[in-house]
Amino acid sequence: MSLIAITEVKKRFGDNEVLKGINIDVDPGEVIAIIGKSGSGKSTLLRCINGLESIDDGSILVAGAQLLPDELHLKALRLKVGMIFQQFNLFPHLSAGRNVMLSQMVVKKTPKAEAEVMARKMLDRVGLLHKFDAYPDQLSGGQQQRVAIARALAMQPIALLCDEITSALDPELVNEVLAVVKELAAEGMTLMMVTHEMRFARDVCSRVVFMHQGRVHEIGPPGEVFGNPKTPELKQFLGVH
Amino acid sequence: MMEFSTWDILRNLLLAARWTVLLSLVSFIGGGLVGLLILFMRIGKLKAGRIFARGYIELFQGTPLLMQLFLAFFGLGLFGINVPAWLAAGLALILWTASFLAEIWRGCVEAVAKGQWEASSSLGMGYVQQMRWVILPQALKVAVPPTVGFSVQVVKGTALTSIIGFVELSKAGTMVTNATFLPFTVYGFVALIYFALCWPLSKSSQILERKLNVAHRNH
Amino acid sequence: MTYVFDFSWLGEYMPVLLKGIGITLQLIAVGAVLGISLGIACAWARALGPKWLGGIVAVYVELIRNTPFLIQLFFIFFGLPSLGLQLGELTAANIAMVVNLGAYSCEIVRAGIQATPRGQFEAGASLAMSPFETFWHVVLVPALQRIWPALSSQVVIVMLGSAVVSQIAAEDLTFAANFIQSRNFRAFETYIVSTLIYLALAILLRQLLRGVGWTLFPKRATR
Repeated sequence: MSLIAITEVKKRFGDNEVLKGINIDVDPGEVIAIIGKSGSGKSTLLRCINGLESIDDGSILVAGAQLLPDELHLKALRLKVGMIFQQFNLFPHLSAGRNVMLSQMVVKKTPKAEAEVMARKMLDRVGLLHKFDAYPDQLSGGQQQRVAIARALAMQPIALLCDEITSALDPELVNEVLAVVKELAAEGMTLMMVTHEMRFARDVCSRVVFMHQGRVHEIGPPGEVFGNPKTPELKQFLGVH
Repeated sequence: MMEFSTWDILRNLLLAARWTVLLSLVSFIGGGLVGLLILFMRIGKLKAGRIFARGYIELFQGTPLLMQLFLAFFGLGLFGINVPAWLAAGLALILWTASFLAEIWRGCVEAVAKGQWEASSSLGMGYVQQMRWVILPQALKVAVPPTVGFSVQVVKGTALTSIIGFVELSKAGTMVTNATFLPFTVYGFVALIYFALCWPLSKSSQILERKLNVAHRNH
Repeated sequence: MTYVFDFSWLGEYMPVLLKGIGITLQLIAVGAVLGISLGIACAWARALGPKWLGGIVAVYVELIRNTPFLIQLFFIFFGLPSLGLQLGELTAANIAMVVNLGAYSCEIVRAGIQATPRGQFEAGASLAMSPFETFWHVVLVPALQRIWPALSSQVVIVMLGSAVVSQIAAEDLTFAANFIQSRNFRAFETYIVSTLIYLALAILLRQLLRGVGWTLFPKRATR
């Protein structure tokens, strides 16, 4: 059974239909890269899966549970699916460690000591245990994004959504973040990531989704999508002729 | 007629200024509490609460404080009690202060980046948890300078309570003027005392604001 | 409570109310035009003018912003005559409002000037304009556009604050209300009516100022 089942999902903003019927099934442990031009709807799709945008039609099932737009169902969903943002969105008034502890304590009611142990473990996992007491504005962009990953992991999600997580980073900081993601993939975490890092998508992902004008235009293993693009739109996007 | 020395004038004014200070404190603290209530209605999830809060703010910011004082004074009088001036003054100033503080604080809550709401949502937090742990702590920091700045308006606003007969600094100024026929000196002193109360508040608001801006630039 | 509201006096006293509204409108019209002009001049002095002038203006602005309007009014109306400057109620009220709004708009306009990108001044200078010409032709209009909403709010605040000019017997709307309630013994109703009129005036004034903004600054890019 697929872990995330996206069926005929439609979304519009006013007159603008951004998603025109999306179908994707993601198996446990899969790493999916979503590529496409800006405005193709790829970020909106991720945001729908996390319930940050409501869908107008179709259905999204995560681990068999339907995504419904009420607070109880949303909370249940978000405990299963973590999200990493382009702009990190760390809480600026809390230290790195506290960032990772907060939602464990207030959402899962984990006792403080336990939450701290988990926070240290997760920060260690992204190589930032020594930054436990640092505040976000004392960290580089790459470090902030790694803390954001640790923060999401501390909720023990069964899947992670990554929305252009390296796009706001200086080029020399991209690799430290991608290395963490690569490790997660190797450990079997289910990942869906919108990305512009084609080399990373080719090396790490199990499947690549090419989105174009609100539809899944092509989908397949990276070798196929990158090596043998079928549609002119994908060829143009990849710059092969 | 009694002779007033300059010191007599100043001493009488300073004694009355205690009431200005006290009324300012009561109005500011009371207004802060009511303002919080209005704020939570204004940004809350309940539509009726939002509409009420908007109406409240529009009404108290869109009409003269002097009229609000008159209405409190004569409105409370309708209940048959003989209304002491301090009660009407305190009530009107609290309600008036609340409308401004609620609106100032709403601006601070809305100034918190949208990504903070999204990140805390994606971690499974509900509205109240987001407010309590993520949004308000950040809004609070931004809110300090304009809140201190508004306290100046509260101090100045208390001057109007002299018109409904509350004896504070301004009323004392009029009374002393009537006794001494020295309006230039007396109102000059009155102005200087208000200035001595308000200017430190204005200045600290500016300094806090500047500090905050410097801190922000480091992000 | 068995209080019965009575508004039957409204018809009889309507002329008094209308006259009061007229005076209040006249006060804010004069106050806004002259006050904002004074504010622009002061803002120039503080942001770009000679240092000594900027210093004087700073003292004026701080004094006005940190004292109640009522006391400023009393000082002008009761205090200045002892220096030999006798003023009528309306003149004193007008002066007090101009002086008050002048100080506040000085600070608002100055913030607008200071938000001007440095390159605008440099571009003006590179085109051989004098600093004042650059201010007048290049900087001022975008600066005003930037702060027009804040300036509009301040004008409304000053209009509402003008209610206290009744205390020096200037015959504005509040004066009219005080007069009426002393005759009809219906203080609560009278002040409800005058409060609602003020609310309507505030809403209309806000719309009017928005319209003025659209006319003065038609679709220029703000920065």
